[in-house]
Amino acid sequence: MVRLRRLLASSPLLLALAIGGCADESGGGGVQSEKMNTIRSRGKLVCGVDGKLPGFSFLGPDGSYSGLDADTCRAVAAALFGDPAKVEYRDLNSSERFAALASGEVDMLARNTTMTLSRDSAGGNGISFGPTTFFDGQGLMAPVASGIRTLKDLAGKPICVESGTTTELNLADRMREQGIAYTPLKFQTGDQTYAAYLGGRCVAVTSDRSQLAAKRSSFPDPAAHVLLPEVMSKEPLTPASVNGDPAWSDAIRWTVFALFQAEELGITKANVAAKLAEAKANPNQADLRRFLGVEGDFGKQLGLPADFVVKVVGAVGNYGEVFERNVGTGSPLRLERAENRQWNKGGLIYSPPFR
Amino acid sequence: MKAADSLLASLRRELFASRSDGVISVGLLVLIGAAVAGLLRWAFGQAQWVVIQANTTLFALGRYPLEQQWRIWLLVALLAMATGLSWGLLRANPRADRSGVLWPGNDRIAVAVLAFLAAWGPAALGLALPLQLRWWAITALLLILRWASGRWGRRLPAGLLRWVPLIWPLLYLLGMVLISGGLGLIQVPPSEWGGLLLTVLMASFAILASFPIGVLMALGRRSELPLLRWGSVLYIEFIRGAPLITLLFLGQNILGFLLPGGLAPDRVWRAAWVLTFFCGAYVAEAVRAGLASVPGGQQEAARSLGLSVPQALQHVVLPQALRIALPATVGQFISLLQDTTLLSLIGLLELLGTARTVMANPEFLGKNAEVYLTLAVLFWCCCAALGLGSRALERRLDPSNTPA
Amino acid sequence: MTPEPRAIPWWRDRRVVPWLVQGGVGLVVLVVIALLLGNLVRNLTAAGLLLSWRWLGQPASFDVAESLIPFDAAMPYWRALLVGLVNSLRAILVGLVGATLLGTAVGMAAYSGNGLVRRLGRVYVELIRNIPLLLQLLFWYFVVFLSFRNGTEALQLPGVVLAKSGLYLAWFAEGWRWQGPELVNGVWQAPWRFSVEFAALLTGLITYTGAFVAEVVRGGIAAVPKGQWEAATSLGLHWGASMRRVVLPQALPVIIPGLNSQYISLAKNSALAVAVGYADLYSVAETTLNQTGRALEVFLLLLGAYLVIDLVISLLMNGLNQLVQIRER
Repeated sequence: MVRLRRLLASSPLLLALAIGGCADESGGGGVQSEKMNTIRSRGKLVCGVDGKLPGFSFLGPDGSYSGLDADTCRAVAAALFGDPAKVEYRDLNSSERFAALASGEVDMLARNTTMTLSRDSAGGNGISFGPTTFFDGQGLMAPVASGIRTLKDLAGKPICVESGTTTELNLADRMREQGIAYTPLKFQTGDQTYAAYLGGRCVAVTSDRSQLAAKRSSFPDPAAHVLLPEVMSKEPLTPASVNGDPAWSDAIRWTVFALFQAEELGITKANVAAKLAEAKANPNQADLRRFLGVEGDFGKQLGLPADFVVKVVGAVGNYGEVFERNVGTGSPLRLERAENRQWNKGGLIYSPPFR
Repeated sequence: MKAADSLLASLRRELFASRSDGVISVGLLVLIGAAVAGLLRWAFGQAQWVVIQANTTLFALGRYPLEQQWRIWLLVALLAMATGLSWGLLRANPRADRSGVLWPGNDRIAVAVLAFLAAWGPAALGLALPLQLRWWAITALLLILRWASGRWGRRLPAGLLRWVPLIWPLLYLLGMVLISGGLGLIQVPPSEWGGLLLTVLMASFAILASFPIGVLMALGRRSELPLLRWGSVLYIEFIRGAPLITLLFLGQNILGFLLPGGLAPDRVWRAAWVLTFFCGAYVAEAVRAGLASVPGGQQEAARSLGLSVPQALQHVVLPQALRIALPATVGQFISLLQDTTLLSLIGLLELLGTARTVMANPEFLGKNAEVYLTLAVLFWCCCAALGLGSRALERRLDPSNTPA
Repeated sequence: MTPEPRAIPWWRDRRVVPWLVQGGVGLVVLVVIALLLGNLVRNLTAAGLLLSWRWLGQPASFDVAESLIPFDAAMPYWRALLVGLVNSLRAILVGLVGATLLGTAVGMAAYSGNGLVRRLGRVYVELIRNIPLLLQLLFWYFVVFLSFRNGTEALQLPGVVLAKSGLYLAWFAEGWRWQGPELVNGVWQAPWRFSVEFAALLTGLITYTGAFVAEVVRGGIAAVPKGQWEAATSLGLHWGASMRRVVLPQALPVIIPGLNSQYISLAKNSALAVAVGYADLYSVAETTLNQTGRALEVFLLLLGAYLVIDLVISLLMNGLNQLVQIRER
C-alpha cells in the first residue's frame, strides 16, 4: 500500500526527468544537471548536516536548524528557489555522511566536513568540494583539574574521539610521530563521545577546535575545561556534493563565493535591496551590476536565476554576518575571525572575481 | 483470623521450609528491600524528572510540525473510540474462556488501571492543562464507548457485528494518511516523524507487512518445488545469519546503489522495509514449526474431501498451523518492537534516537538514568501488554475452550 | 455423467503447472536481480567504487582501543578487521559461558522449593526480556559503569575492583601466587583487567541472553516427566542432586536446540558493542568504511564473518545434541 503510494508520489519526478531534456527549466537555461533537475522537481534541497553541533548546525527546541552549516544550505536553497526555507535537513553521523552523499540520499553536505585528498579524489571517496567555509584546526580538550597541558601528558591515557573523522586519523598520526601510546575510545556520534568524556571515561577529547569550543560552551561548567594550545592538523571545513555533476558543484561553489564577495563589497542583508536599486540606477557600477545580476548572465551560466546573489544575501546575509551570527564573538561560541577573515584583512576568505 | 493463619502457613511453606531456605529468604528479602529503597530514594529524591517533562512533545512526536499535531490527536481519539467499541463488544459476546482473569471476562482491573493512568500520567508529565483535559476526554470517550457497546452490543444484528473488526485496518490506513498527509492534508515527510510516533509506526508497519511474507516463505520452504524451496531457504538463512544492524547498514548504505537514482525510498521507509524483511524470516520459521506440527493426515483428509491444495491450506492446514505458531510469532513481534531501537544507530530519531538528542542538549547533560529508565518502563509496558494479549488470544482460540 | 476421459487442459495439468509456477517465479527473480545488479555496477562505476579488495592491504592509519593481537596504525586494514573479529569472538565466547551459567541457575530456580527464589527468577526473566537490549547496554555503560570512580574511590570487593578505568580481577600471578588488584601510584593494577566498555557489553549480553536461556532451561526441565523427580527424591537424593544427576541430563536433549538459537542471537547481538565504544568487528568495519568508502566490500566481509560464526555455533551445538540424545536400549 505504502509502496504504491510512494511510487505514485515519485511518478511526477520520473515525468520531470523524462521531459527535463527538452523542456527549458526556469532559470536553468542551457545548463544540464541531472541533480539540479531532481532538486527542482522535488521542490526542495536535501542537505546533510550534523544537527547536534551548536554554531554549525543545531536542531533547536522549536524544531528549526541554526548555524553556519545550516545557513550554507539555506543560501544554496535561496540560490535555487529564491526561498531559503526550501531545505530539508538530514542529520548524518560522521560515519554515514559520505555514503549518504554517494547514494543520492542527500544533495549536498554542509556537515563540518574536512576537505582532504582521499575524500576528493575519484579513487577515494570521490566527492566534490566547494569553497571552504570555515578554516579550523584539530585540538584537544581536557578538564582543568586533570593537569594535562601537552600531548605528552596523555601517555597511556584514554582519549575520546568520534569514529570516522579525520581527527581520528590525525590523532593516530601525531601520537605515532611522538611515540606516545594511548587508548582511543571511539563512538559513533558526537553526543556519545562527549557523554563519555563528561562521564570521565577519558581524560581528553579531540576534535576540531571550533567544535570543542562549541561543545564546551554547552557544558554545565565551561571554565572547568581547557583547550590545549597544540593544533594537531589543518581542518578546512567545506561543503561538498557528489562527483560527476559539475554544474551542480559549480552552483554550490559560486553560491558560497557570493557570500564571500558580498562581504568584500560591503553588501549586507540589510542593504542588499538598496544596493540593487543603486546598481540599477547607475550603469557605471559594472562590478556591482554584474554581481547582483543586473547585467550579464552569470546566473544563467550557472543554471541559477539571474538575481541569485540578491536572493542569497537577502536570505542569510554575507559571510561576515553568517559567521558573526552563528559562531562569532557575539554568539555563545565566541570564536575570533582569525583565519576566517577576508583576504584583504589578513585571512583566508577569498572569492575569485565574478566576471 | 483463619485467613491470617493460612497466610502464615503458606509463608512458612514457601519461604522457611528448612533452615537453609530461611537463610536464603532472609538474605534475599534484605537485598530486595535495600534495592527497592535505594531506587525509591533516587526516584523521589535525586532524580530530576524535568528532562522528561520538558521534552514530552519531542519524545512523543519528534519534529512533527506543531501546527499539524491536531492530526495525531484526532488519530489517538479515533483509536480510543475503536478500542472502546471493540472492548465492549468482546465483553458482550464472551467466548468460553471465562477462566481468563483479565480479558475479557472481568475487566475492572483494566478499567481502573486506565482511569488511573489518565488521571496521573498527564499530571506527572507536567502537561499543560488543556493537554491534560484532552487526555481525560479521550479516556472518557474510550470508557463510555466500552460501557455503551458492552451494554447494547448484543442487540446489534449479527451481520453488522461481523464487519466491526474491519474498522481496524480502515483505521490503520486512515492513520497513515493522517500522519503522512495527502487527500488535501499537508504532506509531513517521514524525516519529520519521530519519537514514540516513529517507533509505533515502524513496529506496526513491519509487523503487519512481515506476517504475509513469513507465511509465504514458510509455505515456500515446505514446498515440493525445488526452486521455491531453495529460494525460501536462501532468503530465510541469509536474513537469520546476519545481525540486524548489518542489514540496516545494507539498507542505508547500499540500497541507494541498487535502485535507479531517485527511486530509492526515503531512508525511514528503507529502514521499515529492512525491519519487515528481517522479521519476515523469523516469522517464517515460527510458521514453519506450526505447519510441521499439523499432522499430515489433515491435509490428506481435506484433499480427499475434494478440496484443492490451496483450499486445503486455507481452510484446514493454515488455521491450525497459525494457531500453534501464535506464541512464537508474537514473541517475534515483541522482539521486533525492541529492535526498533537499533534505528537510533543509523541516525533515525525514533524513541531512543530522540532520547539521545535530548541527552545531548546542554540543559539536560548527564540525565541519562532518568531518560533510560523512562524508556525502559515504556518499552516494558508495551512488550508486556503484547505478551499478555497474545496469551489471551491463545486462550480464546484454543479449541478445547470452545463450547460443545 | 459418464466419466469421459477428457484431455486435461495444460493449465490444469498437475505435472505442468508447478513447473510453470517455478519458471515464472524464477524468471521474475532473475530479472529483478539482474536489474539490481546492473544498477549496482552502473552506480558504483559512476562513483568510482567498483568491487576491489586491494585496499585491504593499505595501512589502516587508525588505532584500535583494545586488541589481543599486536596492532598499530601502520598495519593494514585486514589486520584492523582481524583485531575487531578477535575482539568480537572474545565477547561472544565469554558471553556464551556467562549466559549459560546465569540462565541455567535462573531456569533451575523456577523449580526451587523457596517461593521467593522462584518469584525472583520470574521477575528477572519478565523484566529483562521486555526491555530492548540496546537500551540495557546504554544503561549499563553510561549510567552504571561510568559512575564508578578511579583510584581509592573505586568500588572495591574482595578480589574485584570496579573503577572507571576498568574492571580488575584477582588471578594467579607468577609462581601460582594469588594476586589481587592493588593501587600503584593511584592506578589500579591486577593480573586481569577488562575495559569498562567490554565489561558493560558483557554485562548487558549476559543478563539479556541469560533471561532467554533461563526460559529454555525451564522448558527443558518441564519436559522431564514428574515421576523422575519423585523417583529421585524417593531414592533419598536432595533437591540439588536430583536436579543435577537425574533431571538436567534428561532435559538436555530439549534444552540444547533451544540454546543453539539463543547462542546465535547472542553472537549477532554482540554487534551492538558499537553503541558502548567497544572495538568489535562491526565497529572497526564502520571505521574502515569511513576511511575507504568501500560500502559493498565491507558489508560482504561483515556478512561473511557473522555467517561463519553462526555456522560454527550451529555445528558445535548439533554435535553436542548428538552426544546427549538419549539412546533407547
